[in-house]
Amino acid sequence: MAYETIIEDGIDILVAGAGLGGTGAAWEARFWGQNKKIVIAEKANMDRSGAVAQGLYAINCYMGTRWGENKPEDHVRYARIDLMGLLREDLAFDMARHVDSTVHQFEEWGLPIMKDPKTGRYLREGRWQIMIHGESYKPIVSEAAKKSADKVFNRICVTHLLMDESRENRVAGAVGFNVRTGNYHVFKAKTVICGAGGASNIFKPRSVGEGSGRTWYAPWSSASAYGLMIEAGAKMTQMENRIVLARFKDGYGPVGAYFLHLKTYTQNCLGEEFESKWWPELQKMVGKEYLDPDSFHLTHRPIPTCLRNHALISEVNAGRGPIHMVTMRAFQDPHLEEVGWENFLGMTVGQAVLWAATDVDPKNENPELTTSEPYVMGSHATCSGAWCSGPEDLSPPEYFWGYNRMTTIEGLFGAGDAVGGTPHAFSSGSFTEGRLAAKAACKYIDDGKAEGIVVSDEQIKRRKAEIYKPLEHYKTYRNAVVAGSVNPHYINPEQGLDRLQKLMDEYCGGMTVNYMTNEKLLHIGLKKLKIMEEDLGSLAAADIHELLRAWELKHRHRAAECVTQHTLFRKETRWPGYYYRGDAMKVDDENWHVLTVSRRDPKTGEYTMEKAPCYHLVSDEA
Amino acid sequence: MPTFVYMTRCDGCGHCVDICPSDIMHIDKTYRRAYNIEPNMCWECYSCVKACPQHAIDVRGYADFAPLGHSVRVNRDEEKGTIAWRIKFRNGTEKNFLSPITTKPWGTAIEQLRNVPGPSKEMRDGELLYNEPKFIRMDDGGLHTLPAAGLKLKKGVYY
Repeated sequence: MAYETIIEDGIDILVAGAGLGGTGAAWEARFWGQNKKIVIAEKANMDRSGAVAQGLYAINCYMGTRWGENKPEDHVRYARIDLMGLLREDLAFDMARHVDSTVHQFEEWGLPIMKDPKTGRYLREGRWQIMIHGESYKPIVSEAAKKSADKVFNRICVTHLLMDESRENRVAGAVGFNVRTGNYHVFKAKTVICGAGGASNIFKPRSVGEGSGRTWYAPWSSASAYGLMIEAGAKMTQMENRIVLARFKDGYGPVGAYFLHLKTYTQNCLGEEFESKWWPELQKMVGKEYLDPDSFHLTHRPIPTCLRNHALISEVNAGRGPIHMVTMRAFQDPHLEEVGWENFLGMTVGQAVLWAATDVDPKNENPELTTSEPYVMGSHATCSGAWCSGPEDLSPPEYFWGYNRMTTIEGLFGAGDAVGGTPHAFSSGSFTEGRLAAKAACKYIDDGKAEGIVVSDEQIKRRKAEIYKPLEHYKTYRNAVVAGSVNPHYINPEQGLDRLQKLMDEYCGGMTVNYMTNEKLLHIGLKKLKIMEEDLGSLAAADIHELLRAWELKHRHRAAECVTQHTLFRKETRWPGYYYRGDAMKVDDENWHVLTVSRRDPKTGEYTMEKAPCYHLVSDEA
Repeated sequence: MPTFVYMTRCDGCGHCVDICPSDIMHIDKTYRRAYNIEPNMCWECYSCVKACPQHAIDVRGYADFAPLGHSVRVNRDEEKGTIAWRIKFRNGTEKNFLSPITTKPWGTAIEQLRNVPGPSKEMRDGELLYNEPKFIRMDDGGLHTLPAAGLKLKKGVYY
């Protein structure tokens, strides 16, 4: 196949994936590396790529430290409660102490942030959330990234990281192909900041047919953050900590502003509040430390999101669905009605379309809620991702190896979904993590850590053959059959995605089995994933667009395998409402108040699992 | 509601192809106009709808759960810095919304970091990011640290 090889050499910082994390990295890198060569490789068009392509109506992570509203440690404690105790508190504290400077920077760039008319401060939606008119959030941060980058390569699907051949376990750049021209792109770089996305579409979605595009997380979030890094041998953490979202049915429109700002609430089909009746039984599973409704009102300790999901799932299973969001009261106020609609138009237009199609006016009718299929990601309310070093002034020895946000591969940094252990970062926190990674990457280069990198032509050629194999495979075998998509020699990417989603759903705790799995099921799942991996060698792509889908599928498959390994390793039910281990239905702090860390050996494909200690912020007198 | 393209309005300019985050707006080789090649990978993000100079792209709700007879139209105006929405329900109800998209003229408000004074060695070795400690403290002090907050990180089970 006559695709050109285009080599971009001498890159100091390669940003692979320019969503909120990647744009933050590219922008900040210019300050710390004013003469450095900064290059961006992005799968789509950076102006509308990543999870924020559509816009946002809120920034969910803003401390307000300058107004004395919150301290960074308050946010860490909140995230700790919400995640049932398990996160990287060094990384979380670090993100929280910097995030406000990011948000104020956004405002200076022109992002419209709503103000509280009484105080003049940013308008709060909740304790951590502020409200914005964020339709152009992504174009604005994209402009900042463009100002700093030497070159932006849009429409490059990055498939693999390049590895140094002079020194084991050191990154040397990345390769991929242009989804328009088909050309092979090689980026030789001293450091790579992985800003690629988390995983939608690895579990079977509730919707069928066309509607399966209406995923909660963007369908183009193809687990590339994990696919790239696992494949290169980076250690991963908390990959079992998938997230299930309670959202408006079918459209998956956000509920944050509804609960927090509009003060809407939920009820079952009988019009009753239902959550509290599930607490006594649930408390037996998770312990009083994690769910104490009696002290809830006194301490304002929030109930973890997964536990609220558990109540919703249990109520529906008890036959008292559907669950409704009571909007009829709030929507009588024209201002609140406007906020409710603009909230969707700003970030989930599809929900507005659905209500228009079904004549649901929340002023006259309470809309239905449901729980979504699971997603795997590291920037919303869960923290799957790479095992990264924290900053020098905060991190204990187990969490520190020289450079902030550097993975266990030298020179490979992460931001956003790529970094494990930092939940509740959201858009602003992901951008902030990109900034932190960029500063650290510049320091890594300045310290001389990236000298003498060797990438052979053999490595470059080997990857090229691998990348285009699905096109070759299609050409070779398509004429074995008369027509159609059924062929004994291959599967196409859509067929492969269906298989992945079905097996993850049935064996790894998807929505058709009410998020339930156990050891036996997980073993079967791993076996099927292994066989699927063999079949991915027979993946066929009819054109360059299908080649993109083929590589997205490979990344999703690798991430799914890692998720299943982690789910098998953690023998407890830490997050009821996200998933259940039927053979270990309790929170087990004695054995599992730890972070799970995995490494897949790139040579053998074998996983090694370990427990890493969980450190918590405590008073220095404790 | 995946996107579709009106035959009589599309002139094949390719703005939608250029912007689509999912790579699903392609130009039909026969008609030389754009169309959605993979509706089940469409997030209804409206990036292409907003980018179309001819207003040729619209959305029809996902067939598996959205009945026909609705529309959500949009006009994004960079010069005015606004976005206008018109929602039409199946039963004819109409709602209109208008929001700002920026507070500054495009391309004017973001500084070129190549030209700002570079960081000192002290700043390089410390924990501050560009422009900090601006905006991060009420008292305009430095970065938050664990000792200043009377905290430490401790191994074990804490709630």
